[in-house]
Amino acid sequence: MSETAPPPGSRLGNLPWLLLPTALILAVVAWVVLTDPLKNLGSDAPPVEGLTVERTILDDDGLRLLVRAGGSEPMVIAQIQVDSAYWQFVQDPPGPISRGSSAWLKLPFPWMLGEAHTITLVTNTGATFEHAIEVAVPTPKPSAGQLRQQALVGLFVGVLPVVLGLMFYPALRNVRPQGMNFLLALTVGLLLFLLIDTLEEAFSLAAESAVIFQGPMMVMLAALSSFLLLMAVSHRHSAPGGLALATFISLGIGLHNFGEGLAIGAAFATGSAGLGTFLIMGFALHNITEGIGIAAPILSKRPPLWVFAALALLAGGPAVIGMWMGSLAFAAHWAALALAIGAGAILQVVVQVCLYLMRLNKAGIETLFSRSVLSGFLVGLAVMYATATLIKI
Amino acid sequence: MAGLATGGGAMAMASTGLAQSHAAGEVPQYAPGEAAQPGRDQVGAMITVGEVDHVANGFDPMAMLTDWDTGTVETMADGRTLRTFEVTAEDKEIEIAPGVFFPAWTFNGRVPGPALRATEGERIRIVFRNLGSHAHSMHFHGIHSARMDGVPGTPGLIGPGDEFVYEFDAKPFGCHLYHCHALPLRRHMAKGMYGAFVIDPDPARHPDLAEVARSRLMGTDENAGWQEFVMVMNAFDTNFDGENEFYAANSIAFAYANTPIRVVKDKPVRIYLINTVEFDPINSFHLHANFFDYYNQGTTLTPTLKTVDLIVQCQAERGILEFTFADHEPGQYMFHAHQAEFTELGWMGLFDVVEAET
Repeated sequence: MSETAPPPGSRLGNLPWLLLPTALILAVVAWVVLTDPLKNLGSDAPPVEGLTVERTILDDDGLRLLVRAGGSEPMVIAQIQVDSAYWQFVQDPPGPISRGSSAWLKLPFPWMLGEAHTITLVTNTGATFEHAIEVAVPTPKPSAGQLRQQALVGLFVGVLPVVLGLMFYPALRNVRPQGMNFLLALTVGLLLFLLIDTLEEAFSLAAESAVIFQGPMMVMLAALSSFLLLMAVSHRHSAPGGLALATFISLGIGLHNFGEGLAIGAAFATGSAGLGTFLIMGFALHNITEGIGIAAPILSKRPPLWVFAALALLAGGPAVIGMWMGSLAFAAHWAALALAIGAGAILQVVVQVCLYLMRLNKAGIETLFSRSVLSGFLVGLAVMYATATLIKI
Repeated sequence: MAGLATGGGAMAMASTGLAQSHAAGEVPQYAPGEAAQPGRDQVGAMITVGEVDHVANGFDPMAMLTDWDTGTVETMADGRTLRTFEVTAEDKEIEIAPGVFFPAWTFNGRVPGPALRATEGERIRIVFRNLGSHAHSMHFHGIHSARMDGVPGTPGLIGPGDEFVYEFDAKPFGCHLYHCHALPLRRHMAKGMYGAFVIDPDPARHPDLAEVARSRLMGTDENAGWQEFVMVMNAFDTNFDGENEFYAANSIAFAYANTPIRVVKDKPVRIYLINTVEFDPINSFHLHANFFDYYNQGTTLTPTLKTVDLIVQCQAERGILEFTFADHEPGQYMFHAHQAEFTELGWMGLFDVVEAET
């Protein structure tokens, strides 16, 4: 230490002013913990209990549940009913489950294929938490055959339609500026539909996740963060247009298709959807528009063929990963987080395409309300909505 | 669909899967050893895990079967017997199934309350003290004056800290019950305030069937030839949603499945069975591999139903079952409510029929 006093504003000079409030905070925490000033308010009220089932696995050994505790005190699962009958179970790790922690519950229950079961977790206070298995089917195992089959479905609903959409590229190349406006606006409509769809899915998954993750808040914050980060990245050099914009569109669509894969995979895992060829065809048809959207910004360029392949893979490939994750019954909060990031990415692309439209027309915001743009936008929404009737069951 | 192909294996696990999990020693770390629990074979894995701490509860369902409260006896000036019982109402948290605690209201710290037993024609006096946090009463199913009825508006419904003495003649003989009649009645019942009230017939008053009456009268040689058990069928709504989570006889779910009731095969069995279940209109009792005679409410000395293996009881209905395993081979014989839901939520047990000791 030098003998001279540190100049004002330096790090060392600030130190006492950091230490003082920190010490005070610690003192207040210690005081609350030690004296429990609220003890007269709470009287003998029982603890608040919260329990979320995050994963359900059905296999030859019976049922396995991953539960996360969200109580005001560590929770004890005392007994478990399946369909109003008590069954023995093993908890791993054993003992009380502290707030935010999770544990596996294993039940040697002979579940019945294709039927519904209700699991009731009874805690030491007698509180009950119900978890429904709507259709009991064996949880897919990550075997090579299973993964390959799911990858095939993923490629079919993700990559194939984008490829088909991109095949309109040569036909679209000769469009006039009005047509170009229409196509780009169509892309905006399509993306906006995907944005709403992705957010909807993210919120519904968030609702299933443990309270401690604050699902809806997590979705909003993750979407906002991914939107801002991608905006910053895409504007690092100059506003993206052409191939760069097509790449961002592919990325946004890819993240949405990840969500679609997740949903299909989860439908496989939970047996809640009879995933017939009808549904797969629906997804394929629904997603063809995505290929047109990707093609729109690069109509004036002449990218080599491999670029098209890469764009198709970027937009459709994540469906495969989503299928894998979804079928393995991943915890809802992870899926919600992934979809929220996707929503942010899609919003970013919506903004980029709008900016691109304005630059292309060398005009301001009024571009967006021109006849060609507005009609393209509305047609985009309508096509997506109409084709979605094929996949909503 | 690929997933369906493996489904068959899961269907077959009822037999193989369970056996495997036992072989692998997959019992919860706090579960009792399998060997110590002969009842487990009959139910496999469909049972609660762990064990109830009967010592902490202050009552043991096995001891309760034969634990009669006969009070204290004195002779009145007119020569009649005066029988006095002391009962207190207390709030108490009890463990009704392994690891599950219920904030009960009790008579004498137990659920069901003490099994009071008197003889027809005696004068009964019950000194009742309310040490609980709410108003309570003792309402006896019997014959008595309105003042002794224990319903709201009578002096027998007392506040916390108060005391009341119920007094009436023991009649009619039979298998009865008492319960708190404070309002809301359903909640006071569901919280555990009920118990058996048995009045043995006086053989002198039933000369035609004196032998039968003597076999019912506690303390006689004839009565000693029977194995008598009192079972109060009850249930607990642990999450207060108006449906029961646990069913049992004498409170502890699966108690007599985990530890079967020992029965000597050539001694006849008599069960005083009382239904105090709330929320469900009826309860039942089914005996396996055997039939019994039934005395509805126990007020007759001849059976009201002969040779049945199932009886149904409404709320507060009760009766006496008589049967024997004399001609059976030793082994474990199941009994349970034949509402399968009640059975699988705890109201199930076993008689462990053994040869007489030599």
